[in-house]
Amino acid sequence: MSIVEKFVTMDYGPSPEDPREALAWLDKHKRRFGHFIHGAWQSPIEAKYFDTSDPSTTEKLADIAQGSLQDIDAAVKSARQALPAWQSLTPHARARYLYALARQIQKHSRRLAVLETLDNGKPIRESRDIDIPLVARHFYHHAGWAQLLPREFPNHEACGVVGQIIPWNFPLLMLAWKIAPALATGNTVVLKPAEFTPLTALAFAEICQEIDLPSGVVNIVTGDGQTGEALVAHPDVDKIAFTGSTEVGRAIRKATAASHKKLSLELGGKSPFIIFEDADLDSAVEGLVDGIWFNQGQVCCAGSRLLMQESIAERLIAKICDRMNTLRVGPPLDKSIDIGAIIARVQLERIQRLVDQGVAEGATCWQPTIPMPSRGLYFPPTLLSNVHPTSIVAQQEIFGPVLAAMTFRTPSEAVELANNTVYGLAACVWSESINVSLHIASQIKAGVVWVNCTNLFDASCGFGGYRESGYGREGGREGLLEYLEPSWFKHAPPLHQRPLAIDHPPEEPTESADEIDRTVKLFIAGKQARPDSGYSFEVRAADGRLLGEAPLGNRKDIRNAVEAARKATAWPKSSAHTRGQVLYYLAENLSQRREEIANRLSAVVGKEQAQSEVALSIERIFTYAAWADKYEGAIHNPPFRNVTLAIEEPIGTIGILCPTQAPLLGLISLVMPVIAVGNTAVAVPSEMYPLITADLYQLFETSDLPAGSVNLVTGRPTELLKTLAEHDDLDALWCFGDTVTCATAKFLSIGNLKQVFTNEGRSIDWFNPTQSEGRFFLEHATQIKNIWVPYGE
Amino acid sequence: MSIIQKGPQSAQQIGNRHLEAPLSPSDTAIAHLRGRALEANRGVPLNLGWVEDVRVNTSAVERRAQSLVTRRTVKKDYQAAWLLRAISCMDLTTLSGDDTDERVRRLCSKARRPLQQDLVKALGVESLEIQVAAVCVYHVFVETARRALEGSGIRVAAVSTGFPAGLSPLAERVQEIRRSVEAGADEIDVVITRGHVFAAKWQALYDEIAAFKHACGPAHLKVILGTGDLLTLRNVARASAVAMMAGADFIKTSTGKEPVNATLPVGVVMTRAIREYANQTGYAVGFKPAGGIRTAKQSLEWLSLMKDELGPSWLSSDLFRFGASGMLADIERQLEHHTTGRYSADNRHPLA
Repeated sequence: MSIVEKFVTMDYGPSPEDPREALAWLDKHKRRFGHFIHGAWQSPIEAKYFDTSDPSTTEKLADIAQGSLQDIDAAVKSARQALPAWQSLTPHARARYLYALARQIQKHSRRLAVLETLDNGKPIRESRDIDIPLVARHFYHHAGWAQLLPREFPNHEACGVVGQIIPWNFPLLMLAWKIAPALATGNTVVLKPAEFTPLTALAFAEICQEIDLPSGVVNIVTGDGQTGEALVAHPDVDKIAFTGSTEVGRAIRKATAASHKKLSLELGGKSPFIIFEDADLDSAVEGLVDGIWFNQGQVCCAGSRLLMQESIAERLIAKICDRMNTLRVGPPLDKSIDIGAIIARVQLERIQRLVDQGVAEGATCWQPTIPMPSRGLYFPPTLLSNVHPTSIVAQQEIFGPVLAAMTFRTPSEAVELANNTVYGLAACVWSESINVSLHIASQIKAGVVWVNCTNLFDASCGFGGYRESGYGREGGREGLLEYLEPSWFKHAPPLHQRPLAIDHPPEEPTESADEIDRTVKLFIAGKQARPDSGYSFEVRAADGRLLGEAPLGNRKDIRNAVEAARKATAWPKSSAHTRGQVLYYLAENLSQRREEIANRLSAVVGKEQAQSEVALSIERIFTYAAWADKYEGAIHNPPFRNVTLAIEEPIGTIGILCPTQAPLLGLISLVMPVIAVGNTAVAVPSEMYPLITADLYQLFETSDLPAGSVNLVTGRPTELLKTLAEHDDLDALWCFGDTVTCATAKFLSIGNLKQVFTNEGRSIDWFNPTQSEGRFFLEHATQIKNIWVPYGE
Repeated sequence: MSIIQKGPQSAQQIGNRHLEAPLSPSDTAIAHLRGRALEANRGVPLNLGWVEDVRVNTSAVERRAQSLVTRRTVKKDYQAAWLLRAISCMDLTTLSGDDTDERVRRLCSKARRPLQQDLVKALGVESLEIQVAAVCVYHVFVETARRALEGSGIRVAAVSTGFPAGLSPLAERVQEIRRSVEAGADEIDVVITRGHVFAAKWQALYDEIAAFKHACGPAHLKVILGTGDLLTLRNVARASAVAMMAGADFIKTSTGKEPVNATLPVGVVMTRAIREYANQTGYAVGFKPAGGIRTAKQSLEWLSLMKDELGPSWLSSDLFRFGASGMLADIERQLEHHTTGRYSADNRHPLA
């Protein structure tokens, strides 16, 4: 075709990025890769390989080693071996390595971008302009954290050997999100890249060699799900960080329940994209392009559920269709392509299946008539309108370029629809009103909320989800905490089965003998409630003497308590100042009754401990009253005109299995941080002295604590724990007991993937404030929501 | 690929429906937008609700402008074709205090032959007879330009209405338009009273532009918004809407004399306003970015913006113009590089 014809048609024409250098790199490795273990390439022990291919052509790119148990074991051994030397480096020395990684990535940025596009099928524009620059930024940012670590995180230690498993949608970026914070905090790493996209991880391995990173600090083992399982199961791994599907996340939670492995999960999503009638609609449509048609929609935080205000729905749909007509689908190495190839045939089939099902359920499917490539794995941009919340396409993560559109009438309905999902990863809110956007943002259950923008990421801003989108954050200060542990906690001795050895025989109770018989009840919804079972159980003193009877709570009582806690919406909404005042008042009232409570408690724990427990409880309540209006978030400044508000939000309703020892102080130490930041609680008091319940509810009732904010259910801990752990309307579970109890809590929590905070079967000294109060507990009582607010006029 | 063929609506139909008008156009259609035939703008009554409902999110628009230029690129022969298209959409402009008749004649000669013949030959585009769309001058040179361009089909555009400030009395400004039209100007580039925008005096702005339109008669009216003075993108969007309602044939970014002239975010806002107006009224309004566009690469970015935001009708001089003087030299160099493979130099190309 001549220039004259091109002058007439004004087509874009092809503009392919040259892949030769990336292909030459593959050839240099003879298109066959082993594992990267202890700083060198190692052939897989079982000598098995699998193909990785280019989804835009389905042509094979290279042979990739299939990691076996032995390969994983060799890699973990290497990481373990490298750990002492890596940790003995100065923070500055580690910072220099991270800085060198960032530099080396920048130097080879184009090769990495092309390799990523070849292996993954994403448009070169995205790998070149988004993925790789964010990778470099992540290493730069974390080079800084490595430098500042001891001053910013005093009395913390690295987890140790970290196992990391990453997905195929952002291969090198997810590697950066995993490896940079792990190395900055002094861990060593075994990383398994996704089966479909191992190449950039292997290129990164070579970069580690080029900058002379000490051998064993980073190990890359390739393979499939079984390789990942082997890594998760390896006994010498201290932490697992996983990004991927919720289904696999559940399996990992289960598989690690019986271990002390720290766990962070970044899982699926079905993120709402809310457009109000006062939004800049054309810009919102571009936002959708960046939301659901970014990376072929294979993005965990893709804005896949469009919620439009009814008044603008028709106009908006027309605008969306117009825009879809100008999207260009095609070979991802072409620089003018918006949508590249789908990762694999199995994924393509899954997308089609879900779309078909959505249509069968009543959705209207619209696809633009744009040119589609004749070979390779492609799916056209797709709009499903008339979708109802009951439809599968409104609920399930499709992980493809498919937008499901629904309408809402009022802001509160928008929030209701937005939160009507098991996920909680991200959300977008489009409105020109700062009042509307921030009000909606604050009510959405999601770890990231983008106001008038979409899919913005930065190393300084944490990323991660609520609910079944996982737990833990990546990026920012909170991301580092996932790779650190307080030193005292890491080295705390195991808890003994019978923790309490009372030095002194218990005192005779000093109460007068003519006291009226006392009936202890459960405390649910602000009321003293009889147990559903109608049974009570005996509570005995240390010397075996009968002290009284406690109500035998069962699963129904737990159900009622959780319901009450969920309904207690006044408490989370109350101001931090108000919560502080209530806690001060509680301390005041406890102080008034200090002697009688200590007296009763002394029958179980001895006079000395009883007095000490009461005194320290008063102090502890004061501590959290003080924290209530001081545990605050941060404002991040990613490198463009924007503020990111990192808000510390309460997790929601938290179940608490209190430690056996220190019946009063243990309970106070856990319930107070939980409620100080605005959670509601269902607590199971110590089985050693459940009678404390009666003293506590009298205190709560007289201290203006709103009904339902704290509920107390006594009974057999193992039975109640099971109900709590399995309860799908409980957002988190705090479990403080022996190793078996903690493992049970984690194991049973997978239904809704509630966050589980345990003592890992270790002994906590509740009488030592260094261990038993402060940020460590508040961090577990909150989750950070990052609200991105670009500004400008 | 079988899976896609099974899709609820076939996406397999290859072919770009924006290339040719797929619907039967009416006789008066001057353009098409997403298949809809559009007529020349006859203006509509001022709709204040529309003006006030305008929403522009600056950061989002900036992001769109930023990513647009990284999403689209043209290479090799396509790039040459696009650069030729840029020349054909150019309003070759001289608006200096030291302009003379001779200077204007020189410019007109360049307008007729923007590229050297051997370059045209090397590109194989003799049949296109590439020339610029118009020559843009002050009123006093309209006559000179008209004579110099006689028979070429190149239009004469005059800046008018107290250019560049636009602050002379309204009657004088209207008279100025009449005089230029009488002198033979085909197109009149007017400036608006920016103060009307700041004060939200939309009726006054509308009346002013409607008066200009009336004075133009058959000549085309290009309304310069002075976006560098208006500063906010919301102001730009509102002024665009009012100018189109009042009958502008083109809306134009800047005078070239403001501190900041045509920027891509401004372009995004104005093209979206044109699209909205076309959807609401069925009228096509042209767009002219002016000032600050100096490189061949920039011309490609602007053409991509037009193609993606408005479609192929806005890739011709009927609806798209560049207000530029220096850009042509860079395009000439790029085109020569395209034919020789060697980087070119200014002195190898005749001066404008």
